[in-house]
Amino acid sequence: MLTPANLNIFYFYSLIILSMHELSIVIGIVDIAEAEAKKAKVKSFDLIELEIGNLSGIVIEALDFAWQSAVVGTVLENSIRRINRIEAIAKCVDCDHEFISTTLYENCPKCNSYFTNLIKGNELKIKSLEYKS
Amino acid sequence: MCSTCGCGDSNKIEIKRPNGGNSFEINPMGLKYDHQHDHSHDGHMHSHDHTHAVNSEHDHEHAHNHQHEHSHDHSHDHNHGRNNIIQLETDILSANNLLAERNRGYFEAKNIFALNLVSSPGSGKTSILERTLTDLGQEIKFSVIEGDQQTTNDADRINATKIPVVQINTGQGCHLDSDMIYHGLKELKPEDNSILFIENVGNLVCPALFKLGENLRVVIISVTEGDDKPIKYPDMFASSDICIINKIDLLPYVNFNVAKAKEYALKVNHHLQFIELSATSGAGMEEWYNFLRKNIQSN
Repeated sequence: MLTPANLNIFYFYSLIILSMHELSIVIGIVDIAEAEAKKAKVKSFDLIELEIGNLSGIVIEALDFAWQSAVVGTVLENSIRRINRIEAIAKCVDCDHEFISTTLYENCPKCNSYFTNLIKGNELKIKSLEYKS
Repeated sequence: MCSTCGCGDSNKIEIKRPNGGNSFEINPMGLKYDHQHDHSHDGHMHSHDHTHAVNSEHDHEHAHNHQHEHSHDHSHDHNHGRNNIIQLETDILSANNLLAERNRGYFEAKNIFALNLVSSPGSGKTSILERTLTDLGQEIKFSVIEGDQQTTNDADRINATKIPVVQINTGQGCHLDSDMIYHGLKELKPEDNSILFIENVGNLVCPALFKLGENLRVVIISVTEGDDKPIKYPDMFASSDICIINKIDLLPYVNFNVAKAKEYALKVNHHLQFIELSATSGAGMEEWYNFLRKNIQSN
């Protein structure tokens, strides 16, 4: 039977499954931060600022889940994480109209065409790292 | 298994030859975590030695008062260093993308046409390959990289067609990345002027983000799945070039609307080209073969 308690468990396991590629992403972030730490000769960062597009294929909850375990013992262990979500903008090939898109299969609100290209919203970037000296 | 990042025995990436042949492990790009465990922050930098009590004016006379005072006065002086910001704007996938470009350069130099086959498990990737290799093996040179979490079953099936193959077992990993392909290629040593099939791990989500250096990405759906797959898993369809609709011999028995599936897929990605076929009956395979022939000539 689905009770709130086992729904939670279900949610938990779905996150584990979901967090597989997010784990790779977090490990990628840690690798870049470690390299930057070496260059700047610092032991830890106070803040990391990420830019993640709404249509980048990343589930933030799964990223969170992976983050908790992947940053332990790294320069990011005690960092504050700031995530700037980037709104996705698509451009219609038929009428050049630009519009905010929330899925990869949205049609142009002006002419209804599906011939649209994403021009913003699949970002997956480390914008900056902050440390004290 | 290591509790820090999940790496460990069960997460080893192995590259294997079929039927118990050569096998070696690689230290994958993303999971080489040995070094990171060393940096166990020496008890946090914030534990400042508050030695100031000695120099305080009050020291000698008011033995009791001063203790309260300085803890407030001095405690902040030390941690406020300058705030430094490193502006990066670095793509998180840049390491994978860079290696993918390197693989791409290798393919170009050797005139290899590389295809990355992605789909959910069971849509027929391996069956399409088996049939293709059997039918065209005399005409075109092929090689195959098989990706699965476990077993060399798929590599064994390909090996039966006498086509060179290596198996990559990703352990717990849900996708192939460009570093695994790089190591797979070193073992496989594909011939010049050939076609390389990379059969990704059966997963319609994760492999979408990881370029391998392929010329084209081929997403496969079968008619035993739902025709709304393209909008349920849009990332994969958005990043693919070719969409194969497999098992069309079963169309009379299933509730799959080909036109609708194509419509959904085109909503996600209007560049997609479709090939409908059945690896079992052979229907539509000629169109797929012509596509391969055309690309090995023009490549």
